[in-house]
Amino acid sequence: MNFPESLRYTKDHEWISLDGNIATIGITDFAQGELGDIVYVEVETIGKALEAGAVFGTVEAVKTVSDLFLPASGTINELNPALANAPELVNTDPYGEGWMVKMTVDNPADVEALLDATAYAAVAG
Amino acid sequence: MKNTPFTGKHIALGAKMAEFAGYNMPISYSGINDEHAAVRKNAGVFDVSHMGEFILKGEHALDLIQRVTSNDASKLKAGQAQYSCLPNNDGGIVDDLLVYCIEENNPPAGRAGVYMLVVNASNIEKDWNWISKYNLPAGQAGKKKAEMHNVSDKTCLLAIQGPHATKILQPLTDIDILNLKYYTFVKGKFAGIDNVLVSATGYTGAGGVEIYFEDKDDNAEKIWEAIFKAGTPQGMKPVGLGARDTLRLEMGFCLYGNDIDDTTSPLEAGLGWITKFTKDFTAKEILEAKKKEGPERKLVGFEMIEKGIPRHGYEIKDQSGEIIGVVTSGTQSPSLGKAIGMGYVRTVFAGIGTDIYIKVRDKLLQAKVSKIPFS
Repeated sequence: MNFPESLRYTKDHEWISLDGNIATIGITDFAQGELGDIVYVEVETIGKALEAGAVFGTVEAVKTVSDLFLPASGTINELNPALANAPELVNTDPYGEGWMVKMTVDNPADVEALLDATAYAAVAG
Repeated sequence: MKNTPFTGKHIALGAKMAEFAGYNMPISYSGINDEHAAVRKNAGVFDVSHMGEFILKGEHALDLIQRVTSNDASKLKAGQAQYSCLPNNDGGIVDDLLVYCIEENNPPAGRAGVYMLVVNASNIEKDWNWISKYNLPAGQAGKKKAEMHNVSDKTCLLAIQGPHATKILQPLTDIDILNLKYYTFVKGKFAGIDNVLVSATGYTGAGGVEIYFEDKDDNAEKIWEAIFKAGTPQGMKPVGLGARDTLRLEMGFCLYGNDIDDTTSPLEAGLGWITKFTKDFTAKEILEAKKKEGPERKLVGFEMIEKGIPRHGYEIKDQSGEIIGVVTSGTQSPSLGKAIGMGYVRTVFAGIGTDIYIKVRDKLLQAKVSKIPFS
């Protein structure tokens, strides 16, 4: 299983990367594997200020649906437009082209406090 | 949790495994969409050994089957199978099943019937008890009971489905699989193993066969290996329960526990064609009366107009937001690239093309009733 060192993780299987106060968020390789073929990513919280842990959207796989939880407090700016026509990017490239949202985080230090790759690997088993 | 004789194979292939009906079953191998496409376009192999098999024998076997099932098993000749269901006393469904006629019941010629019933894994015990209860009903004292054998635990069942399935398997047997008619079967030698029942049935709508054989010696190993040796070079794939569900749903086939259960009648589930009032069976009068009145609700297929995926248990509403039914199955259709589902709606909303609304989380999404199989 692939968990890049450069990212931070949540126990709910989201990853987050930070550039200044702008974060990119997706779901982990483990999560996409558990969900199976992803067919739809729905995010209707763009522009809303949300707390860490809030549900910011849902990801639908062929057989299951799962909520997406925000790793840090802030405001979502953008949903990955490529996912509208190619949701399978979440399966094929979960840390790259399969990113889900970009957000402005309220406090960049919150991100550093999340799980690192080693700690997350233990969560993912 | 029980294993099938192929559980080790699934794990070795890297399948995602999960508990289903008490068995450790493969959900998917290469991915549901990929496995689904293999079955629709080529061939795929399902281990469905978890399903239950009962052998019913003797001169009263047919009477018993006729008493407990809704379809007319007296029409079956040796080598024919039929889809049927076990109605309960309220006109609901105990289970849906296949009835195989291995030997016709023909006492004057000195032959007693031999039948095999194939039931859902989750209902093996319930069905066994239900059928046993009617073996030798009141008023038939003095007659011999039908012999009943539950052979579920020692019966392997593989479904090899897809347009190329029979072509791939034909070299493994002298049975003329290529010309086996739908819902007929032959027993013979397959991959060097005797007494393999090859049946032109399946629950995918993609064609192909299901093969039943006894789990003894290394039968399971030999047959699995022979099938994949023949099929892998031709693109045949192992397929899990995930794609089994998407394949059956595209065809509008009912899944027990989702679309039909103890509270749904065969008539409202669109199973009137297996409910034959020309014979006596459990809850015949109730079902006949219901048929006369017309069902209050019907199981329909629908496709989403607005983007969203229906799931089991979601509410179905009309335009004003009033609840008119419930979703029983739903998925993104891998073949059609759109979200489809089945559900019960009040009969007035059951017409093809009717606008209905599915409550997906906190939104009402437009859908329309469509014909099944989905296209």
